[in-house]
Amino acid sequence: MGQRVLLIEDEPNIIEAIRFILSRDGWVVETHADGATAVAAVSRKLPDVIILDVMLPNKSGFEILRELRAMEEHATRPVLMLTARGQKKDREMAEAAGVSHFMTKPFSNTEMLDVVRGLAGQRDG
Amino acid sequence: MLPFNLLVLACLAYATLLFVVAFWAEKRAESGRLGWLRSPLIYTLSLSIYCTAWTFYGAVGYAVRSGLEFVTIYLGPSLVMIGWWWILRKLVRIGRTQRITSVADLISSRYGKSTTLGVLVTLLAVIGTTPYIALQLQSVALSFAVFGQNDPSGAVLPNLDRTAVWVAVGLAIFTALFGTRNLDANERHHGVVTAIALEAVVKFMALVAVGLFVVWGVADGVGDLMTRIDASPVTQHSIMGTRWITLTMLSGAALLTLPRMFQVIVVENSDESYLFTAGWAFPLYLFGMSLFVIPIAVIGLEVLPEGANPDMFVLTLPQHFDQRALSTLSFLGGFSSATSMVIVAAIALSTMVSNHIVMPIWLSSRRGGATVSGDVRRVVLYARRLSIFGVLALGYLYFHFSGGSEALASIGMISFTGVAQVLPAMLGGIFWRGATRVGAILGVVVGFIFWAYTMFLPSFGAAAGFTPMLMEQGPFGLALLRPQALFGVTGVDPVVHAVCWSLALNTVVFILGSLMSFPRPVERLQGAQFVNVFEHTGSTRGWSHSFAEAEDLLVMAQRILGPSEAQTLFQAEATAQGKQGYLPDTTPDFIERLERELAGSVGAATAHAMLGQIVGGVLVSVEDLMAVADETAQMMEYSSQLELKSEELARTARQLREANEKLTALSIQKDAFLSQISHELRTPMTSIRAFSEILREQGQKGEMEPESCQRFSSIIHDEAQRLTRLLDDLLDLSVLENGQVSLNWTRGNLHDVIERAVNASSDAVNGHGLTIRRNALSEHIAIETDTDRLAQVFINLIANTRKYCDAEAPRLKISARRIEGDRLQIDFIDNGSGIPKDKQNVIFEKFSRLTDQARAGGAGLGLAICREIMTNLGGTIAYLPGQGGAAFRLELPRVRARD
Repeated sequence: MGQRVLLIEDEPNIIEAIRFILSRDGWVVETHADGATAVAAVSRKLPDVIILDVMLPNKSGFEILRELRAMEEHATRPVLMLTARGQKKDREMAEAAGVSHFMTKPFSNTEMLDVVRGLAGQRDG
Repeated sequence: MLPFNLLVLACLAYATLLFVVAFWAEKRAESGRLGWLRSPLIYTLSLSIYCTAWTFYGAVGYAVRSGLEFVTIYLGPSLVMIGWWWILRKLVRIGRTQRITSVADLISSRYGKSTTLGVLVTLLAVIGTTPYIALQLQSVALSFAVFGQNDPSGAVLPNLDRTAVWVAVGLAIFTALFGTRNLDANERHHGVVTAIALEAVVKFMALVAVGLFVVWGVADGVGDLMTRIDASPVTQHSIMGTRWITLTMLSGAALLTLPRMFQVIVVENSDESYLFTAGWAFPLYLFGMSLFVIPIAVIGLEVLPEGANPDMFVLTLPQHFDQRALSTLSFLGGFSSATSMVIVAAIALSTMVSNHIVMPIWLSSRRGGATVSGDVRRVVLYARRLSIFGVLALGYLYFHFSGGSEALASIGMISFTGVAQVLPAMLGGIFWRGATRVGAILGVVVGFIFWAYTMFLPSFGAAAGFTPMLMEQGPFGLALLRPQALFGVTGVDPVVHAVCWSLALNTVVFILGSLMSFPRPVERLQGAQFVNVFEHTGSTRGWSHSFAEAEDLLVMAQRILGPSEAQTLFQAEATAQGKQGYLPDTTPDFIERLERELAGSVGAATAHAMLGQIVGGVLVSVEDLMAVADETAQMMEYSSQLELKSEELARTARQLREANEKLTALSIQKDAFLSQISHELRTPMTSIRAFSEILREQGQKGEMEPESCQRFSSIIHDEAQRLTRLLDDLLDLSVLENGQVSLNWTRGNLHDVIERAVNASSDAVNGHGLTIRRNALSEHIAIETDTDRLAQVFINLIANTRKYCDAEAPRLKISARRIEGDRLQIDFIDNGSGIPKDKQNVIFEKFSRLTDQARAGGAGLGLAICREIMTNLGGTIAYLPGQGGAAFRLELPRVRARD
């Protein structure tokens, strides 16, 4: 069974694109669109890698990340943060919250795939 | 023959009686129990100070010298009292409403509180009255001498000069005591008035008693007297028409302009209606005073030895027949005539001198020093007392140095003509709004110069350089400038000559000067108040009256408090009174409040004075002005400069703070906006890039299914369109926000615009069976606006409903109507769950999307654009809460506002 990715994102077209890219590489892609219930979804699904958007309805990606890092079981779970807000202070905020990797939209498909692979390997290794 | 000592005793007793009466009246006035002392009778009697020693003694002498001409002296005032009562009434009304204290005050006040005019008129009055006071002193001294000479014991031959000194000192003390007891706001002196009323009775009784004695005691009844009169040289004088007219007019003018007459007629008047009684009673009094003049003159010439002074006939006739009581009464009558005139004249002159000369000098000499108001009061009182002694001293000095003139009447004429120079400025001032300060000053100065040159100075003779040669040939041999034949006018009576030239030139210069100069604001204000005094102070207050008043008050308050504060104050009061608009009724309460408000800015006295000017009820007295001068001096010093400075600093600081806050807010807004735009642009670009990369890779490998290829391409297409829309909206918003949008104003029908919007949005994406309900009939309204822009707003609103209305069967109701002010109101109400209360105030902000992206399909700029468009069209858009679903209300002018 392939490794599992949880994609927390609310923009349908972006979800479709990422799902296509990762599926093609053999990943199992699960999605979640609501910020409020995202942490619960992570705890339920325990994915190998999390791809997290920032501008989510009801709760921002930063908050979700901080909550996850505060939980023991998710403290080291790989999180790739993807955001359309590419300012320097957003990156700093993400790093302060304990992000594993930070990418701005729009991204290169191969680069994104490489990062996901790397994060999963890191965990394995 | 009455012993001289007894006469002095009687005289002292009489003087004591006057003191007691004056003191008693003053006491009653203080306790407010004036009763009959404040009556038309007393008022009329007080007017009798017109009859001085000149008329008491001098009229007989006048008759002996010029026949019936003396009648003119009584005729003039009688005609004025009967025929010109409306002028007197106007003067009295002005005097009361403006708190006029003297002729000088009247003229100065009318012409914008002109100091120059006040000083001029005061000087004129002093110069004109001083000889007259001297005349009274002389007649009292002479009458003493008459008794002294005839004293058989011959023990005391009184020195004329010393008598005059004692009389002057006594009068000064009496006047200072009762004339300056207090600085009463209305300047009335009840004690003095009562005393002179008593004197009026005494002199009338005395003259009538002498007359009756002459008719029935000396002559043998009326019949006998008539034959004697016919035979007498007294009636042989021919009557000169021009002289008669001139003298009548002159004495009429004197009634209005003599300082002492103005004092009793206007200043001491406590009720306008007294004038009606005085209108017939005073002429009657004058008639009584003149009735026996001819009989006394005729009999005196017959009976008394050759060379007897006809000016003393009234006194010498009873003495000749050894009528002790009668001669004493006659003496007291003359004494009364002289003293009452001097007392009132001294009061009137001292008021003028202290208010227009002493006080201004005193005030300017202590500029900058802080003054308390009580200080000023005391200074005014001392200035008055000093002036009284000064005036009497001047009178005495004139008497002393002129050595006593033989003919009393000529001095009277000179004095009358002098003070009559005020007449053009006075009458012009109360009847002609166009009269100006410049005109008045020029008129008075020109009149004064001509009077001095043709009449006053020649009366001194050679002592003043008016030698017979000058009189005959003119100065420097210029015949045109001969004092009594000016500009070649010869063969005219000197009095007529002087009166005509001085008054005519005075009037002409006054009118020309007024026409050619421009009045200052204060002059206009005062001019209007004087000329229209009856309109301003009428007892019935009409609506227009109070309205105009409130408006005046508002204008003034705005100047002092600043426009917004004054308007707030007035509007609050108007609302409290239940009135619409800015102007409240000028109730006493409101005026009091306004005065307090103004006092905070300009000081209490100034506020009171300013309000008084406009309200007209309470008016400005000299005292008020003194207080104003005080306050202003102090306030000028400190507050105006300091306040200006600190105000300026505070203003600058406030401006800086505001600018800073604005910049900070702008900076935060800009960051947020840029961040938002970045997000909105990057999101569709992310999809486009991701899918285009997928398409490229798969295309290279050639393993792409046609359906996926098709699907990914259309996503790229949609997202590209979304980007375009976003850019369009951003540009649109930027133009609208900067106000650089060029609106295309056209005429149209609201129905057509709504129709267009509905049709345009029906084929929009995401349309899911929305029902639109309209009332086509009420939509037919002709409008003038940018119909494309308005349609854009409608399309946005309909699109919003399509996107966000969460009802099973979404319905949108559009209703339009015309409302007040030629405006349109259009409501868009759907049946969804509406917008939560806490979000209602942010929906019009940029990028304020409330739900998730998926359903919105827009960047969240729609309502922001709607708001900007409505603003540009002169209208508004607002969320209408409590309608069940989401509801928006648009309002806009039906036609374009013309400016």
